Parts: sequence; structure tokens; C-alpha cells
Amino acid sequence: MKDINFVYDSIIIGGGVIGASVARYLSRYKGNFLVIEKHNDCGEETSSRNSAIVHSGYDPIPGTQKAKFNVLGNKMMGQVCEDLNVEFLRIGSITVAFSKEEDAILLSLLERAKENNVEAEFLTQDQLRKIEPNISPLATSGLLCKSAGIVNPFTLNIKFMENAMDNGVELHLNEEVTNITKRVDFYEVFTNLGNIYRTKTIVNAAGLYSDKVLSFVEKPEFEIEPRKGEYFVLDHFNTSFVKHTLFMCPTKVGKGILVSPTTSFNYILGPSNDLTYKEDYMTNTDILNSVKEGAFKLIPSIPLQENIRQFSGIRANSSTHDFVIGESKINKGFFNCAAIMSPGLASSPAIGEYVSDLIKNELNLEINPNFNPKVRKSSSLKTLGKDKYNELIKENPQYGKLICRCERVSEGEIVDSIHRNCGARSVKGVKKRTRSGFGRCQGTFCQEDVVKILARELNISLDEVNYDDLGTNILVETRKGQ
Amino acid sequence: MKKVDLVIIGGGAAGLASALSAYSNGVKDILIIERGNHLGGILNQCIHNGFGLEYFKEELSGPEYADRFIKKIEENGIKYLLNTQVLGIGKDKSVTYINSEDGFNKINARAIIFSAGCNERTAGQISLPGNRPKGVYTAGLAQKYMNIDGYLVGKRVYILGSGDIGLIMARRMSLEGAKVIGVSELMPYSNGLNRNIVQCLNDFDIPLRLSNTVTKVIGRNNLEAIEISDVDANLKPIKGTEKIIECDTLLLSIGLYPFNALLKQAGCEVNPRTKGSKVNQNLETSIKGIYSCGNVLHVHDLVDFVTLEGEKAGKCAAYDLIHHHKHVEKRIVVDAKENLNYVLPNYIDVTKDLNEVSFSFRVKKPISKGRITFKDGDKVIKTITKMNLIPSEMVKVSLNNVDFNEIATIDVSVEEF
Repeated sequence: MKDINFVYDSIIIGGGVIGASVARYLSRYKGNFLVIEKHNDCGEETSSRNSAIVHSGYDPIPGTQKAKFNVLGNKMMGQVCEDLNVEFLRIGSITVAFSKEEDAILLSLLERAKENNVEAEFLTQDQLRKIEPNISPLATSGLLCKSAGIVNPFTLNIKFMENAMDNGVELHLNEEVTNITKRVDFYEVFTNLGNIYRTKTIVNAAGLYSDKVLSFVEKPEFEIEPRKGEYFVLDHFNTSFVKHTLFMCPTKVGKGILVSPTTSFNYILGPSNDLTYKEDYMTNTDILNSVKEGAFKLIPSIPLQENIRQFSGIRANSSTHDFVIGESKINKGFFNCAAIMSPGLASSPAIGEYVSDLIKNELNLEINPNFNPKVRKSSSLKTLGKDKYNELIKENPQYGKLICRCERVSEGEIVDSIHRNCGARSVKGVKKRTRSGFGRCQGTFCQEDVVKILARELNISLDEVNYDDLGTNILVETRKGQ
Repeated sequence: MKKVDLVIIGGGAAGLASALSAYSNGVKDILIIERGNHLGGILNQCIHNGFGLEYFKEELSGPEYADRFIKKIEENGIKYLLNTQVLGIGKDKSVTYINSEDGFNKINARAIIFSAGCNERTAGQISLPGNRPKGVYTAGLAQKYMNIDGYLVGKRVYILGSGDIGLIMARRMSLEGAKVIGVSELMPYSNGLNRNIVQCLNDFDIPLRLSNTVTKVIGRNNLEAIEISDVDANLKPIKGTEKIIECDTLLLSIGLYPFNALLKQAGCEVNPRTKGSKVNQNLETSIKGIYSCGNVLHVHDLVDFVTLEGEKAGKCAAYDLIHHHKHVEKRIVVDAKENLNYVLPNYIDVTKDLNEVSFSFRVKKPISKGRITFKDGDKVIKTITKMNLIPSEMVKVSLNNVDFNEIATIDVSVEEF
């Protein structure tokens, strides 16, 4: 425990992809930084419940924060994912029109892309059919953005935090900020565990709750208007029926339904877009049926029988329709990364870099000479060649024991995911890091093995293993007579 | 590369029976590859009795049933690998696997019997609406936690689906002190064996709601309640019939499907009705020398029938290995028609001495007085009457004393008479 009078240089509230990115870029500088996350893992809400798209940045209104950070974030993503050992594929996106009116919208979006400095290309119906043979014959044209990509959103978030911790940042999980008080030289941050932390600066990366966190110190000029998106996930199979991320022509409410491969070669369909409240992660049959309709409109032959899961996410949409990024005008040292809605994932590295530099300038932080931008690479069946993997099995036989047969995840990978910085603490934590349980059987076969590995590696009993947050113990009572 | 006459993938009921049968039919160079740390497969977690009534004419528990076969495997010195996952099967009958001792390894088989079992259908596959809290499990996973690890997953349990594992778990959890509130079955009839309805539900006063399903899973972190609704004739929930039931556990017993991915990748034709491979009357798939049996071929009701099918696969594989394949004169395509979910085999390879073919199928709905008809176009080949056909029970019938050379195609149907 740190002394009560200890003053952090910065406390980041929220361990989602934005908070983790700010933490990672802050760790380029010397200082004492703390991330406070209320869940049992990083990235438990919007950061892990989205379309996993690295948008090109062609469509935000020029001059907005969204346009600025999206375009920059997209450019940074390749290097970031290489450094952090995160799956990222620049597969390109196509926005698809279905009428003359929509053709015209695409042409106006082409102009907008130019203003945003994003390369885009108008595709005629023939050109569109040629590069996406399974697209609906009713599609009339497309707008191709080659710089768009897909990323593993789970590990992007987790690796930002792991790298931040490798470089000295502290992470407190299962702790929730309940109030903030401004003193003369520092802020006091109060938490549900009764802790009071002092800090020179605060980064508000509280996602859906960023308006609430700001309201601890001032009246926010924006309000989070949460909107729910529901999705289908299809299994991975041999044929690739979609090569790009396909969007519907955007409407006033949003980007519409997309159909896209994921970095694990599954396919994702969604999202819907409905007003909701902040804790409502339920999926609904009627809404998912509308997602199906949208997906069928794009790709009539979509193999929906390969559907293995549905999920929902909540966008932290702002009443001002733009990200709120930068220092509060009223409270010096209070930095907002608030109202991060789409394209937040794509923007995350740029926001992290920008906000960490604001803090560095304000506090005159020195460069951290020991900063290492790279995380230790993990070894998996997919990334290592056969011979190298066999050498690895000889060194550590756990890599030869396959736990998840759907996604081909070995015991070695699971153990490694637990013992890294920002390591897995729950079954879901293992799932997000290794994909064990993400496959067709949805953990039916591997979950019991994962529970045993977690118990062994964390040195706890089986019934202390959580599914997700604290208090979600899977095993509740021993059999009679045991 | 190492060569083996017969590789058997999966060391459960089907794999063990096929190994022993191949062995007694003359094939001695056999390797069983099993992913678990014990032979026997899912039988090991099925500690209830009722196994072996058909095959041994006595009542055994799952582990006892498996043990009878495992002992013979040991006695005969049949080789097996444990904790080993097969990664790929080639058209050339190569088998790639991984384990801690051999690492990645590839062996060449002269024949393969695929007996990898089945998966349970999950919440995702039926698009179960609502939240994804802790507390929703497939019945088989809850059974593993209960019988292998010794833990209950909850104390107030509701069960969706009247599949046998769910029914067995209703009794099992009741015996361990959990309150099992009820079972909902989407269909207007039960999908479990009658004896399980009686022994696992009725004897414990657990209500079974037919034409009813779960329409909402409630609870953010932990399951708190479910909403159930009646369904109409099209299986759609009826508005206004919703009922909230507080519970901490929802078990899913909503069906099984073959875990056939490896054969699909190898290029074996898939039967869309069963999701298993298409096979001929000798259980051989569309790739010569690769056979499939047990629940990875089609989901069985009783393990005894899995054993018999495994034995047949072992015998056929042994015959083909030792005597080479018989000359096939023609192929008859078999199709499931009215009221049949599926029928096996998918085709009959007619050889000179062929005089009997046995068929397995399941009906789509209960039929009290069934007339089973085999037709070649409009021509009736044979009719068989059978009483009390139900979807949860596999039906086995034979065609014999038939000149298969005279038959072009076979359509199998059942009607109520």
C-alpha cells in the first residue's frame, strides 16, 4: 500500500480500450500512474461488445474529433498491433448502395472521404460483384475504403493494459470510483473499497459512465444516450463468402447492419441500433430478426445456420454527437476521454497518444528511458510453425495438451494468459485472451478444464473460480458426503 | 512416417467396440486416439444405471459399462493414446494429432474409424433471448461438474428441453439437495426416453411443461430468473402466457449433434439431416477406407446401439483391410421421406452376395400405429408395421430377401394407419 499522502501523477478511471490506451502511451513517460477498473477484467463493456472494425474514417463529419482521431488511429493501428501482438487485418470496407438515391449518397461520401484525407473508390455494380461475388444482385454500387480493417478487440484492450503494466502502470481491478474532490494541488479519488487516492491529473475513460464521472467535478455539457446494438456471430468455416467489411449505406441513425469476417475468421452480423439504458445487455428475438433481414439484404446466401452466438453492446453515444476529448475548461488536470462511441475502437491509439501528451505537457513529464513498446509474444498453434511449436512442446509439454478443440487452444497458452501482466482472472478472462470457449461448442467441452487450470494457477479452490466478475462462482456447493 | 493399419479416432463407446471388433476380425495393428485422460468417453460421467440392458442383458452404470470394454482393450494389448487431439484427417488417410509426448505428429492409416461422439446444442445455437449471466449450462457440462468434480452448479434449477441428459440431471441434482423447479419442452411431446420421464421427473414430482420454452434469461452477472412462455403450433411463443420463474441455474438439454468437423474438413460428404457423414451399409463414408460410427454419425438413444454400430464398423473395416473391398456393382441412394427425420445408410453399395441391409431412422413426430414403407419410385419394396414410434427412440429395421440389383432408389417413409 502506498502512503496516504502519496500523490499519483495520473489516475485513469476505466480500463476499457481507451483507458488502457492512455495508460500505455502514458507509460512512455516517467511517473506514477494508476488505472481503476470496476470489473474483474479490463474491457468488460463497450470495448468488448462491438463490431471489431477499424473504420477507415471516411464518414465522420470533417473537422470533428471523430474524424480526426479515427483517421489517425487507423494509420497507427498496424504498428500498434504488431507491437502488442494483436490480430489485425486490413481487409478494407465496402459501403453498399441499393438504389439511385443511395448511389448519390455514396458519391457525396466519396467527397467527404477526400476531405478527411481517406482514400476511397467508387465501385460500379459490376466492379462490386467482381470483388464480392456473393453480394446481393440488388446492390447497385459500393464505396471501397482499402484502409479499413478488422481487429481482435479483446486482446487490443488487454494488450494495451499489459504493455502499460510492463512499463510500470498500476491496475486496480474490482474497484469503483464513487466520488472525486478537487483540492488545491491535487484531486482526491474515492472508491467503493474505502480508498482515497491523491492524484495530480485524472483521465475520465469511464465509457458509458463518463458523464457520471465528470459530474463528480462539474456539470457535464453532454449526456450519454446509450444505444444498444445486437449481433450474431457465425462459426468459422472453409469458404470465405465475404472478403471485406460490408456496410449498408448509412442513414441518420447510424452505419446500419454490417457483415464482416473477424480476425478469427468467424463472421459477425449486426448491429441493431436502439435506445436503451446502461445495464441492458439483453438480446431480443424481434431485434435479432431485423439484423437477420439486414444481413440477408447484403448477402442473400449468408449461412445463418452456422450461428453460434448472439450478443449485444451498448454505444456510449453523446448528445453532442462527437467524442469529448481533452482537458476540462473548469477543472485543470481533469482530462476527458468521454462519449467514445463508434469509431472509438479505431480511434483508441490516437486518443491514447494525444491525451497522454496533454498530460505530459501539463506535468512536464520526462521520457521513460525503459519504455518498451512491445509485449512478449505469445506462442500459439496458429502463429508458430510446426517445427517451432514442436520445440516449444519439448520445453513445455503444456503446449501439447489441447484444451479447446474448437479454437485449438493449448494448456500452455491458457497458463501464459493467466501469468502475464493484466492476466486472466476468470473463465471469461481466459476466453477473451486465448479464444478458449469462443468456438462452436461455446465452452461445453473446455470450460471444466479451464476452471481447473485457473484454480491451480491462481492457487485457489475450484469453487473460488469465477465465470466473470467477482461473485460469479461457477461451482456453488460440494456434493453430499464430500 | 509411421504406418498403422487401423486408426480409431475417439475412445468412447463406439471407438472401443469398433477396436475390439476389428481386433477379433483379424486386424491387430490398431491405434485408438482419445482426447481425454481416460478411455470411455462420456460414459465416465454417466454414473447412473440403465446401460447394457440390450447388450449385456444387465443393468450397469456408465463407468461399469465402459470398463468391460476397456478391460478387453488392455487384455488384447490394443494400443491407445490419451490426452491426444486429432487436428486433421487427410483424404489419403493420414492423421495429424498433437499431444505432449509426440508434439505434432502425422501417421498414415490404411483405414480410419471415426467415432468422435457428439456435442450438446448451446444457448447460442437456439438464439436463447435475454442475458448471458453465469448459471446457464448445457446439461452435460453440469453433469461433468457434478459427477467428475463433485460440485453442484446451483440450488434452484430449471431445465429447458426434455433430452435424456437433462432428465438424468433433474434427478441427480434433486438427490444432491437442489430444487428442480420444472422442465420446459418446446415440442408437444417429450424428447427423452419414457423410462427417464418416469424415473427422473415423475418420481421426483418435477413438472414437465410441453409446448413451452424459455423466452428470456434474466440477470446481469448471475442468473436470477427466467421467463417461460407457451408456444403455438408453429413453435412461436404466445404473448400473454409469460411466466417468471426465479432460479440460479438453467440447464439446456436441447439436443445433440455429431462433432463431425474433422471428416467434413477431410472432404467426406455430409448428411444435412444428421450433420454426420453420409455412409453406405458398411458405415463407410464417401472416402474409401474411412468409416464413421456412434454419435458422430447420428445421435443414438442408447449406448448399447452405439456399441453394436461400433462393432459393425470394426468388422467392416477389418474385412476391407484383409480381403480388400468387394466389387460394387451399383449404388442405390436411400432417402428419408414422409415423417422421417433421417435414415441411414445414405446409400447401398450392391455387391454380389448382398442379401440384407439394416436401416436406422428416427420419426419426426410420435406415431402410434406406424406403417414403414420402402419404395423404389412408385413400387413398394416392403412394408413393416411398428407400434409406438417416437422421436426420442431410434428405429431399426431390415430389408432382406430382396434382389438389390433390381432396385434403383429406396425411399423410406412412415405413415399412421
